[in-house]
Amino acid sequence: MRKFLIKLSKIERRYIYLTLFLALTLPLIFPPNFPQKMSPTVKSVFEFIDTLPPGSHVLLSADYDASVLPEVDPMYRAVLKHCILRGVVPIGMTLYPQGAVLALDAFKEAEEYLGARRDTDYVFLGYQAGFQAVILGIGENIKNVFPKDYFGTPIDSIPAMRGVNNYKDIALVISFSGSSVPVTWVIYAYSKYHQKVAAAVTAVSAADFYPYIQTGQFVGMLAGMKGAAEYEYAVRKIMKDEGIEKLPPAKAVKGMDANSIGHLLIMLFIIIGNLGYFASKRRK
Amino acid sequence: MHISTDPWVWVAAILTLAIFTFLYKDNPLFKFAEHLFVGVATGYGLVIIYFNAFKPNLYQPLFVEHNLLYIIPFFFGILYFSAAIPKFSYMMRWPIALLLGIGSGLSIPLSFQTYIVEHTKSTILRFPYPNAALFINALILFIGVLTVLIYFYFSYPHKGAIGTISRIGIIFIMIGFGASFGYTVMARFSLLVGRIQFLLGQWLGIHTVM
Repeated sequence: MRKFLIKLSKIERRYIYLTLFLALTLPLIFPPNFPQKMSPTVKSVFEFIDTLPPGSHVLLSADYDASVLPEVDPMYRAVLKHCILRGVVPIGMTLYPQGAVLALDAFKEAEEYLGARRDTDYVFLGYQAGFQAVILGIGENIKNVFPKDYFGTPIDSIPAMRGVNNYKDIALVISFSGSSVPVTWVIYAYSKYHQKVAAAVTAVSAADFYPYIQTGQFVGMLAGMKGAAEYEYAVRKIMKDEGIEKLPPAKAVKGMDANSIGHLLIMLFIIIGNLGYFASKRRK
Repeated sequence: MHISTDPWVWVAAILTLAIFTFLYKDNPLFKFAEHLFVGVATGYGLVIIYFNAFKPNLYQPLFVEHNLLYIIPFFFGILYFSAAIPKFSYMMRWPIALLLGIGSGLSIPLSFQTYIVEHTKSTILRFPYPNAALFINALILFIGVLTVLIYFYFSYPHKGAIGTISRIGIIFIMIGFGASFGYTVMARFSLLVGRIQFLLGQWLGIHTVM
């Protein structure tokens, strides 16, 4: 047994990669459909949007690029659909050059599955350079920062933007990001203008953001694929309850099934590695 | 199973597989895909910045609308290129100094408020608590912050009571590292899952993965 454990702990990494690949692939082909229970930080964001009066505005800042797409993109799509389902007007924008096309795809999906109409049910402002300058500029007047939307339409002529001048007219800002941009929103929008801010971030940066929930600087947080899956599951439930037959892909929910199996495998690897280490130590 | 007929999906699938070949060992196929990605991302970013930042914020107001106020940012922007001429390279410090001044002025008070004031406020125990769970949570936070701060206090030897407190601080730090590691594993898996979903779903057309 000891020899076996030592041998197992010294297994070549390529076999580990293969095992991991199978552990992540098989649950995607044969989904176990694990339940998604909403965690408190996700629930805070969900309930905030859910209880907003129809016609309110939520700023969805797609501060991410293709490198974090599998985690952050499903969050953006789910929150966007939730806003539209509740009659809340999502204002799409981005502080990242690559974010515009990625976010635009999410809006197109909302058009396809929910019949959302541009300039009436949603607004898409696109990209504007200069992180702090943009965030501070919106606090003064959003029209100075984005005189036109992504498609070249002047902001003044967009019906959904009527009465929206600055943060006072925006109920919530959600920064979808794989970096520290949500904290930049806290520094310049929350601390200066007392704007309510939420974060939708990659798992790798989530641990750094928890203190901001404790302090109340974030309304809530969607963390990694788990957060995306929880929100996606809840939005799909609303769509089913409203009798919408054609549902969008549940990428995060299905991805989380694979992720859970992979996580168990890593825990198993850690246990085997440690047992092998102690077995080899005892032999010496 | 309906294999995609979209040529761009095939390009993306082949490039994804080319990147995965690195798991076996470094090879020209991987290098090609890597360099292509860097090139495309840089080129794309450059074009977006030109049309969304340079053109509307400088070219249009200065060269088309002849708003002469924009000469000031244009002048300071041009100075960045002085780095290429050794004789005038000192001029590059001027726009840097300007940006540093503005950046510091804007961010120091707000950052102090965000990072120090708000975070310190949240560690203060505020009685009475509505239930025991909230009190325990606040107490753990209070003890955690205090012991970790003492662990990083190096002006006094970590012996006796200070040593014991700093060892408690290490436990909190380790729990923090554990949480970060767990999240990192999930993040890395998520990226791989995303690619597998693309390969099996969009490329090979296995409908269960999406």
